[in-house]
Amino acid sequence: MTGSGERANDFGSAISKLVKYMKRWMPAIVVSMVIAAIGTVLQIVGPDMLKDMTNEISHGLPALVKGQPILGSIDMSAVVNIAWLLVFLYAGSFLLNMVQSQIMAVVTQRISQKMRSDISSKINRLPLRYYDSNSNGDVLSRVTNDVDAVSQTLNQSLGTLISAVTMFIGSLVMMFYNNWIMTLAAIASVIVGFGLMLLITSRSQKYFVAQQKDLGAINGHVDEVYSGHNVVKAYNASAQASRIFEGINEDLYSSAWKSQFLSGLMMPLMTFVGNLGYVVVCVVGAALAMNGTISFGVIVAFMMYIRLFTQPLSQFAQVFNNLQRTAAASERVFTFLAEPELGDESGKARQLSDVRGAVEFEHVNFSYVPGKPVIKDFSASVKAGQKVAIVGPTGAGKTTIVNLLMRFYDLNGGRILLDGIPTDSVPRSNVHEQFGMVLQDAWIFDGTIRENLAYSKKNVTDEQIEAACKAVGLDYFIRTLPQGYDTVLDDRTTLSEGQKQLLTIARAMIQDAPLLILDEATSSVDTRTEQLVQKAMDDLTVGRTSFVIAHRLSTIRDADLILVMKDGDIIESGTHEDLLTRNGFYADLYNSQFQTPA
Amino acid sequence: MFRLFKYMGRSEWLQAGVSLVFVVVQVWLDLKLPDYMSKITTLVETPGSEMIDVWKAGGQMLLCALGSLVATVLVALFSSRIAASFSQTLRSLQFKKVDSFSMEEINRFSTASLITRSTNDVTQIQLLIVMGLQIIIKAPITAVWAIVKIAGKGLDWTIATGVAAAILLVMFAVLLALVVPKFRRVQTLTDNLSRVALENLTGLRVVRAYNAEGYQEGKFDDANDDLTNTQLFTSRGMAIIFPTISLVMNGLNLAIYWIGAALINSAGLADRLTLFSNMVVFSSYAMQVIMAFMMVVMMFILLPRAQVSAQRINEVLDTEPTIIDGTAQSGKPGLEGTVRFDHVSFKYPDAADYVLDDVSFTAKKGETVAFIGSTGSGKSSLINLVPRFYDASKGSVSIDGIDVKDYSHDALTKKIGYVPQKAVMFQGSVASNVAFGQDAPQRSETQIENAVSIAQAEEFVSKMPDTYDAPIAQSGQNVSGGQKQRLSIARAVYRKPEIYIFDDSFSALDYKTDKVLRKALKEQTQGVTSLIVAQRIGTIMDADQIIVIDDGKVVGKGTHRELLASNDVYRQIALSQLSAEELEKTGK
Repeated sequence: MTGSGERANDFGSAISKLVKYMKRWMPAIVVSMVIAAIGTVLQIVGPDMLKDMTNEISHGLPALVKGQPILGSIDMSAVVNIAWLLVFLYAGSFLLNMVQSQIMAVVTQRISQKMRSDISSKINRLPLRYYDSNSNGDVLSRVTNDVDAVSQTLNQSLGTLISAVTMFIGSLVMMFYNNWIMTLAAIASVIVGFGLMLLITSRSQKYFVAQQKDLGAINGHVDEVYSGHNVVKAYNASAQASRIFEGINEDLYSSAWKSQFLSGLMMPLMTFVGNLGYVVVCVVGAALAMNGTISFGVIVAFMMYIRLFTQPLSQFAQVFNNLQRTAAASERVFTFLAEPELGDESGKARQLSDVRGAVEFEHVNFSYVPGKPVIKDFSASVKAGQKVAIVGPTGAGKTTIVNLLMRFYDLNGGRILLDGIPTDSVPRSNVHEQFGMVLQDAWIFDGTIRENLAYSKKNVTDEQIEAACKAVGLDYFIRTLPQGYDTVLDDRTTLSEGQKQLLTIARAMIQDAPLLILDEATSSVDTRTEQLVQKAMDDLTVGRTSFVIAHRLSTIRDADLILVMKDGDIIESGTHEDLLTRNGFYADLYNSQFQTPA
Repeated sequence: MFRLFKYMGRSEWLQAGVSLVFVVVQVWLDLKLPDYMSKITTLVETPGSEMIDVWKAGGQMLLCALGSLVATVLVALFSSRIAASFSQTLRSLQFKKVDSFSMEEINRFSTASLITRSTNDVTQIQLLIVMGLQIIIKAPITAVWAIVKIAGKGLDWTIATGVAAAILLVMFAVLLALVVPKFRRVQTLTDNLSRVALENLTGLRVVRAYNAEGYQEGKFDDANDDLTNTQLFTSRGMAIIFPTISLVMNGLNLAIYWIGAALINSAGLADRLTLFSNMVVFSSYAMQVIMAFMMVVMMFILLPRAQVSAQRINEVLDTEPTIIDGTAQSGKPGLEGTVRFDHVSFKYPDAADYVLDDVSFTAKKGETVAFIGSTGSGKSSLINLVPRFYDASKGSVSIDGIDVKDYSHDALTKKIGYVPQKAVMFQGSVASNVAFGQDAPQRSETQIENAVSIAQAEEFVSKMPDTYDAPIAQSGQNVSGGQKQRLSIARAVYRKPEIYIFDDSFSALDYKTDKVLRKALKEQTQGVTSLIVAQRIGTIMDADQIIVIDDGKVVGKGTHRELLASNDVYRQIALSQLSAEELEKTGK
């Protein structure tokens, strides 16, 4: 239904990259191709032997020799010999085909396994910057849809291509070998049919494109209207929505039947080409046979060759379409795999250890988009154990600071120092080790509670896990679960948003890092749990240098340093009192939360 | 499956009937071809035949082939038209049906599922009809007809054909039993793989912060191995099909000739020629039978999928909306702008517990009534009863003195300006979204501008190219969350309703915009009753009446100051957002 599918931007380069990627399996692929060719040759020889057999049989028919009807007899032993030879031939061809298709099935599956695995590890080697402009759905569709498309089309096209080419050339050779006049007649009839097919394919393309477009439009419209059902109803917009829908629906009807019709013509046309060839072979063959130029067996052989000869022609079209899809899909996969990765840091021997937690920002400059600086020449000094709050309206870029501290993004200028050591002089993983992190969206993965808490940290004891859960007040709850700490958290288990948040706090506690990043995550939590979460967070910050992204201003009044952000930039900084006396943006923001609109 | 066909129109049935005739014509002609083949064979082998007879037979054969082509083209034409127009009907019927649904039915199916049912499932049916008319109907006719034709020509050959068919049948049966269930497993494992990848993507920052890249990749590799192993099984299973088919076809051909040789050898002189031409003809009929047979098998593979789709479509079309319109066109005079809840209880269908329990209050014209409570306390459910997204299970909700159930849909919605929690935008322009439901000629430009300015959206709309005519992409993808929310508020203001309903519509705005917007609303749309659901104390503390909801019950009613002094739940909520000292200030 998807028509001829999409095309790669650069077919040649996509295919050559794919070939390079398949290097490891190349011997297997070559072997399977050779096998496919041999198998096909056996299949081609078949009709020729069937011809001999027919000729033997027709010896048994009454014939006129010099005007005198004479009765011949069938040489049954010759027939049986040929027949047995054919049995071995077909059996051999079957075995070879079987081996070939098994090899290709395995090879394509292994290739897609490797592709998926490469994409997965690529996900973690790309800078976060990549994800600013690419959606998760897009990456996900490469792991599943594109890889599937590659393996499916590859499996279908490679084997088919080889056997089709062999079949085409082989049957041509065999036909010429048998009789050149009939061969030319057969080719002429096939060319007529093939011309017709080309004509239709070129016509149908535009209807396929139109159908794809209309399908997209109707999906989009339905999505919009169904998702906004309450608004459509509340605003009495049903008639309007329905009118738009019927318009697209009518367009879709017209493009759908046209493309459907034209693609439906291919099969009957192929059959007709086959029939046409059949008739031509019969008539020409009969004429020649009556002249005595050929034996009747030649006609029988040709009737089969004409089928073997037309079959690859329709396969070529299919293989071509398939390879287009392979190229398009693998191009997307390879584009992703070729995205620039985070810099290699294996050369950085220096390590942070026993970090106390002093942080220094030195003339930091940063921009997400080149030419649009968001942080300009920012300097600040945070002593070990201090609490830094980052405030500002939604969309002000509060997470930028976190991104820079964690080296999720690289600075455009200046330095950030941890205990006097520039963070970019040590490996990223070493920087990450120094931080515990709790984000606004409590991120819990499919796995047991224990796995979620220890996460990637090695040698975490049960006591540590239980102690952390006691500290956040979850221990009792977890014990009431049927499997306790081994309960698997998936979409069936219903943890409240607050409980999830408490789990991520416990995770950060177990991590026991000297610095802490807290994205205050209390907006989706009910009031009672909110207080629990708040308290757990407060406990966690004791003795650690903490960076708190604050949504509610009341919680950060005691911070040692408040960074006020607006439109991506740090516009004010200082303590709560400092900022209030300055009577700037912070003071305005602070006061607006409890002022009644006068 | 067949129940769905009752939606097929008369012209579609007619076309289907005509195309059935052409299918029969096509099969007849296809099977006639070998007859001429046999004639030619006889001619060639008969001593003293005339070449002209061969030409004649060849010409007739070609005519047959052409005729068959024409018939097939006509069948393709009809079937694609029937399939396309039937799917157009199915889409349209479903769209209308869904439009008549209340939120209850929408949520029962889920929006995503309804979308699939209206689009992909219909496409499945379309595919089946095209295949159906061209192949599924043709195959059995061909098979039966061809068998009838060859049955008399030689028992031994028929048996050979039967054996070939049986071998194929066994192969398909084995595949159906072993491989098809694994296909379902592949789907589950693919979902699993996507889930693991998505988990990594959504938790990207956490994964990196905890240096857990290796951990996640290990998880992915496990899922990947599971998937690959299952897919290996299925694709190796499927790889058996084509070599086997080719073997059976070749084998059958050989068998027919082998048997033929023996038959001819032992036959009398007079029968030899007939037997010989029978043999040649038989081999081509036998191929037709086997091909038709395989098509029937394919049908059995295709049918279940279409059947599932048909069932899903039927489920939508068979669902009757639970909310039926009333007839009242206007409320009681003198009571305009009044919203009254009288002992209202509500539970979702099939749910055990009430979400709302005995809620009563009255909002008078021009008043602002705010609802606050923790997540899941039932405040959104409460407000959804006013525009009849759901109906109250007990008690009554009335507007202007008349129960909402008694109003016609038009009359009811005209009174209400509803702003949902999640702003919804539609493809079109700023103007078409603000004056939503009205076509361009009916729109009032000044009214649109006024609404946009009250909703504090003028600042960004004026910066957009073409300002009010600026295009809005599908689902509003080209505007930010806060901008969408402001446009969605402008939409409510534009229709000059008696009652505003804000379902937590302000939390996407920052404190300042929130404040300015509410001030403008208050000043410029006086006399309009507002019902506000909110999370932020700051948003609601100036309301005329605040209703505190906890576990579906009203646990407090009053102004900010009254509740602060007397209500524990309210105090708790307030304290979680502001310090005691700050609350002190607001109480003044």
